[in-house]
Amino acid sequence: MSTTRTRCASRPATRPNRQAAHRMALLKSMLRVRRFEERCVEMYSAARIRGFMHLYIGEEAVAVGVNEALTADDAVVSTYREHGHALARGVPAEAIMAEMFGKVTGCSRGRGGSMHLFDVGRRFYGGNAIVGGGLPLAAGLALADRMTGQGRVTCCFFGDGAFAEGEFHETANLAALWGLPLLLVCENNLYAMGTALARHQAQTDLALRAAGYGMVSWAVDGMDVFAVEDAARRAAEGVRAGTGPHFLEMRTYRFRAHSMYDSDRYRDKAEIEQWKERDPVEGLARRLREAKELTDKARSVLEDRLAAEIDGAVAAAEQAAEEPVEDLLKYVTSPVEASPP
Amino acid sequence: MTATHTRTSTPTAPSDRKTTYREAMREALREALGTDERVFLMGEDVGRYGGCFGVSLGLLEEFGPERIRDAPLSESAFVGAGIGAALAGMRPIVEIMTVNFSLLALDQILNNAATLLHMSGGQLPVPIVIRMTTGAGRQLAAQHSHSLEGWYAHIPGLRVLAPATLTDARYMLAPALADPDPVLIFEHGSLYNASGELPADAGPVDIDHAAVRRAGTDVSLITYGGSLPKALAAADDLAGGGISAEVVDLRTLRPLDDATIGGSVARTHRAVVVDEGWRTGSLAAEISARLTEQHFYDLDAPVERVCSAEVPIPYARRLEEAALPQVHGIVAAARRTVGDPVPASGADETKRQPVNREGGPR
Repeated sequence: MSTTRTRCASRPATRPNRQAAHRMALLKSMLRVRRFEERCVEMYSAARIRGFMHLYIGEEAVAVGVNEALTADDAVVSTYREHGHALARGVPAEAIMAEMFGKVTGCSRGRGGSMHLFDVGRRFYGGNAIVGGGLPLAAGLALADRMTGQGRVTCCFFGDGAFAEGEFHETANLAALWGLPLLLVCENNLYAMGTALARHQAQTDLALRAAGYGMVSWAVDGMDVFAVEDAARRAAEGVRAGTGPHFLEMRTYRFRAHSMYDSDRYRDKAEIEQWKERDPVEGLARRLREAKELTDKARSVLEDRLAAEIDGAVAAAEQAAEEPVEDLLKYVTSPVEASPP
Repeated sequence: MTATHTRTSTPTAPSDRKTTYREAMREALREALGTDERVFLMGEDVGRYGGCFGVSLGLLEEFGPERIRDAPLSESAFVGAGIGAALAGMRPIVEIMTVNFSLLALDQILNNAATLLHMSGGQLPVPIVIRMTTGAGRQLAAQHSHSLEGWYAHIPGLRVLAPATLTDARYMLAPALADPDPVLIFEHGSLYNASGELPADAGPVDIDHAAVRRAGTDVSLITYGGSLPKALAAADDLAGGGISAEVVDLRTLRPLDDATIGGSVARTHRAVVVDEGWRTGSLAAEISARLTEQHFYDLDAPVERVCSAEVPIPYARRLEEAALPQVHGIVAAARRTVGDPVPASGADETKRQPVNREGGPR
């Protein structure tokens, strides 16, 4: 199945800084997500990672491009397919890998696993495995910023499947009604688990529907990191300027199955191959090579560095301690504070 | 957790003063809004309407629409927004009209509020207070009358409170807001009009412990919320028959105060649990099980339970009354525990009780 791309955002006249170094940084960031997840597959096959694991491979341009538009003060609310969001947000690969190994050094102390990555220091609010469940939460983070007069953006990622959930519509209404500083990023990868968009949405033009709530809404080529970054910057600027929530429909595709348990029988191999021709990572590498900004040697150095980083993450996760069972009941409620004397 | 809050209200008059449960709640809200700028109230009709039960009447004029925030009919969105605001350092008080409607926000309450702290390895405490009405007795039929607080008391990560007295209505909110974790406050709809003297020395309320509302020696009536007045009336009735009933108000439904409950039963050796929830899988079932586990050798009689009939609460007055725990049923249960099953006020009292085929006799 293919999507018509009639409503993609046009490029602004003045582009943000896209010096060669920046372009290389985007490539490195996307490659990190790709290589990290490829290693996750190996670790999953080796039974070092268990549970549900949802890969982001094919969608890297979205996380990386959107994150370019956010500052360290902004907040990110994510889904269960969040390795890419977390890495792009700066959560160290080591902390994520350890989390997936269930180790105490993991970013959620091993209590969350692949679907529940959190890093409050980086204002990364996870890691929500209920489709649409992070949306009201993101509205609340944005509401708090509005009430305390902070010029921050809360960015909420969710998939096309969330469009069928009441929580999307309730949140869109609330956010638009109250003019909340919220950046809604819908990753339309054309499938809600195994159900194609046309089989789960009455109207498949999601940006059009979001616009119906009175939000600025654009559809964006989610396979092009430059297009994503442009749109995200403009939307984030609009949010910061106080013009209320903005909605971005990122038209993207996941190359892998919904989860490691999914045999992927619901879509044609030909469709997947067709989308792989638009691979966001290799697409950018190709453009950089053509612009003479990326040599084979530089690519090889980049790959070596990422491999070393991920090797290090795996080794650290292997060696890390597990939370003692005596701590099982910790963090159900906050620690008891000593009574004042 | 230790409730360490201190009263921050302006000193009350030295003498007791007349108030209602509704006014006491409003006063608690006003105090919270006035002393902590992070506090705001959000919910359906809390502003211009003055609250569905009139609790927040006048607060909009006093604190403005940013802090007395009318929300759309979107339980999931505004409860979730409260959770997000709490994560960002605010102290939201979210009002849900009734516990029945809270089911539309159950995902947010259970999967987020109760879970985020643990799932994040201790990074994300959620200091939110969610208030809602519960209970029957006002002929509102099934979808406005259920008592589901026991469901919430099932969930680790939540604190569940049920203020039953004027003092608790007035002074429970401050410690609830001081709690770094989510607190649910269940206000029984039949209590709002309750009036009486608010003791001059009332508060602060200890939200870690149950309260013995009446001392007794023969049987412990263990209850909470809207059933407390019924249990106290039953204790009066029993006293007339020479039976001394102790009345324990749970006050906090999670975590349960085993020590106070068990301490009472260790004195009286008999227990009747009164719970407006359905008997099957109820809070009453949990308390009964704990008494059996922890106080088996203290008990001189099987633990009795007086719960709602296993039926969606009906509209018709006669049927609604029959479905709910009533004073005569509590008296009868207490008498059974002391081996004196004679009904307090004539044989037809027991005949009025329908046979409950699903849950056994009430």
